[in-house]
Amino acid sequence: MLEIVIFSTLNGILYGLLLFMLSSGLTLIFSMMGVLNFAHASFYMLGAYFAYTMGMEIGFWPALLLAPILVGGLGAMVEKFGLRRVHDNGHVAELLFTFGLAYVIDELVQLIWGTVAVSYREPDYMREPLFTLFGTDYSIFRGVVILIAVFMFIALWFLLKKTRVGMMIRAALTHGNMVGHLGHNVPRLFMGVFGFGCALAGLAGVIGGPLLATEPGMAVTLGPIVFVVVVVGGMGSLIGAFYASLLIGLIQTFFVAIDASIADILNAFGMNVDPYGEVTGITLASLAPMTPFILLVLILIFRPRGLMGELEP
Amino acid sequence: MLKPIFTFLAASLLLVGTASAETVKLALIDPLTGPMAAAGQPAFEHLKYEAKRINANGGLNGQDLEIVGLDNKVNPQESLVQLQKAIDDGVRYVTQGNGSSVASALISAIEKHNQRNPGEEVLYLNYAAVDPAFTNERCSYWHFRFDANADMKMNALTDHIAANDDIKKVYLINQDYSFGQAVSKAAREMLKEKRPDIEIVGNDFHPLAKVKDFTPYVSKIQSSGADAVITGNWGQDVTLLVKAAAEFGLEAPFFTYYGASSGVVTQLGDKGVDRIYQINEYYGEFEDPEMAKRQTELYEQAEWDFYYLRLSTMLDMLKKSADQAKSTDPVDVAKAMEGMKLETTTGEVVMRAEDHQIQLPMFISVMKDDMEYGAEGTDYNFKKVARIDREAVSLPTTCRMRRPK
Repeated sequence: MLEIVIFSTLNGILYGLLLFMLSSGLTLIFSMMGVLNFAHASFYMLGAYFAYTMGMEIGFWPALLLAPILVGGLGAMVEKFGLRRVHDNGHVAELLFTFGLAYVIDELVQLIWGTVAVSYREPDYMREPLFTLFGTDYSIFRGVVILIAVFMFIALWFLLKKTRVGMMIRAALTHGNMVGHLGHNVPRLFMGVFGFGCALAGLAGVIGGPLLATEPGMAVTLGPIVFVVVVVGGMGSLIGAFYASLLIGLIQTFFVAIDASIADILNAFGMNVDPYGEVTGITLASLAPMTPFILLVLILIFRPRGLMGELEP
Repeated sequence: MLKPIFTFLAASLLLVGTASAETVKLALIDPLTGPMAAAGQPAFEHLKYEAKRINANGGLNGQDLEIVGLDNKVNPQESLVQLQKAIDDGVRYVTQGNGSSVASALISAIEKHNQRNPGEEVLYLNYAAVDPAFTNERCSYWHFRFDANADMKMNALTDHIAANDDIKKVYLINQDYSFGQAVSKAAREMLKEKRPDIEIVGNDFHPLAKVKDFTPYVSKIQSSGADAVITGNWGQDVTLLVKAAAEFGLEAPFFTYYGASSGVVTQLGDKGVDRIYQINEYYGEFEDPEMAKRQTELYEQAEWDFYYLRLSTMLDMLKKSADQAKSTDPVDVAKAMEGMKLETTTGEVVMRAEDHQIQLPMFISVMKDDMEYGAEGTDYNFKKVARIDREAVSLPTTCRMRRPK
């Protein structure tokens, strides 16, 4: 039992941190520009594919650095030449623009890299076990991923709270016009934030690719969950996104690990239901992929502003 | 001014008309994009490659065979749309394999179509959807299955496991739909009968093609202390499962239905050696020079391995039936195919007339290094461990087929 708890916790945290890398960019872009970027997960996919292609030429570590920069640059271009022009036509136009962009990126990826998964793997030496507990190996790569994620979180916090750029971003979050009137170049700031958010998604892709699978469907499968994280955490709240990511990561892994059905739980509370019924016989493990969305519905009903959100939507 | 355009259009329509009268179209309705494309794409390439061989040998009763690929994204609704599209285009032969959920929808739709449109019957050649129901309680005259069904495979697999006294605890993990449920049910029943002392320490179902991270399942398997894992997973679900298991150093061997699916060998490398077993109608040694040639050629042309011997068997039987019937009409072909025998590289196979379930020898193989013909451009491939004869694989059927008058 103990080993399940330990490894589920580790796995849950790892998955949660990956979700946070993805959703931090999304929530930053949303809070700053009011744009719900539907193509965000597509940038995550691009990160994985770029790193795969570059990794074959220059190795894993340089790719880890270069791929997010490339994705970020691409994101900045999209903001400057696409989103900025669409912006004048209101939020619906922006939404549709990013929606279309997601499709375009999906199709491009299939054209360039094919419709089946590519064999993007971490370097061999990182597949060795970092430690072995109860006969289960925990690979070096997973340790490295956790380190990168934590490092990214600290760097992001430092950037937003302790630097001048961070101050400008935070000011522009709430008082965009005022920052503009004070002589700062707000459009350039927007471009930077959009690019930076995409770069974070790209970084998530670089490490998420070997961890999960690098295939054209990876954006579609993770996309909805990232939105759940942002809504549950509270629109535009970075700390909220952090808590929500970990929460969803842990809930999802623990649901798989617990060997119980709905009836088992109800019966434990003194109710008397059929353990093999149509609904009550459903195991928690088979509910696991649904949990983020159940959480989304519950949050929207009982706490519409999310865990840490300040604004009522 | 418009007249030349019209004459051109009319001429091209005529051309299309004559072309379709000469070739026999076989539509493959399978996932060609999306997460399960790695299961559909190789079948598509395989069929195209084998169709060339069939056509070089005279085609189907003198007519050329043409393969049409239709993408269904493993979605039953989408498959029905594609089926209708194929029928509207004059396709009379349909093949599909990935997903018994899809196969179930296709069987019903084709049964209905054939009842309502006499003279335009469509024949369904199933190369991999192995829910036992299709050749038992739900059997259809218009459906022929060229793969051993889930029960037959489990029959062979459990014989092998029962003979291994080291295996005391078995873990089952399968996809949550009709096929996965059938695998799990067969495993539990057959193991109970053959080795009552074996304990089933886990019986998990996960959603089809939705799980990206199998690590929670692997920790569960690890802590259950299982000596062996049985899984019917296919496509990305088997690749990611065994990848996660190897990463966490899970020692238990995996007895799989589709362990040689594309991607597994590349993802696992030496961590899969002696650990991944597969039950299939073929294996990766290619002692037969003709098969070795096909493996080499197919890999050169399409970068896919010669994995689907059953697709070759299927097309060979289709050709033999058409030649025998001297017709490419599905009604005549179906009649000729019933009870047909064919000599293949692994021995004689028979299309049982009772339920349209092929009877064939099966092989258990295990992943090995330094193989002469490596899969996916590596040195790894699946080496034969045991051959199970046709008679031993065979199971009785409950099918009571309604034949057209």
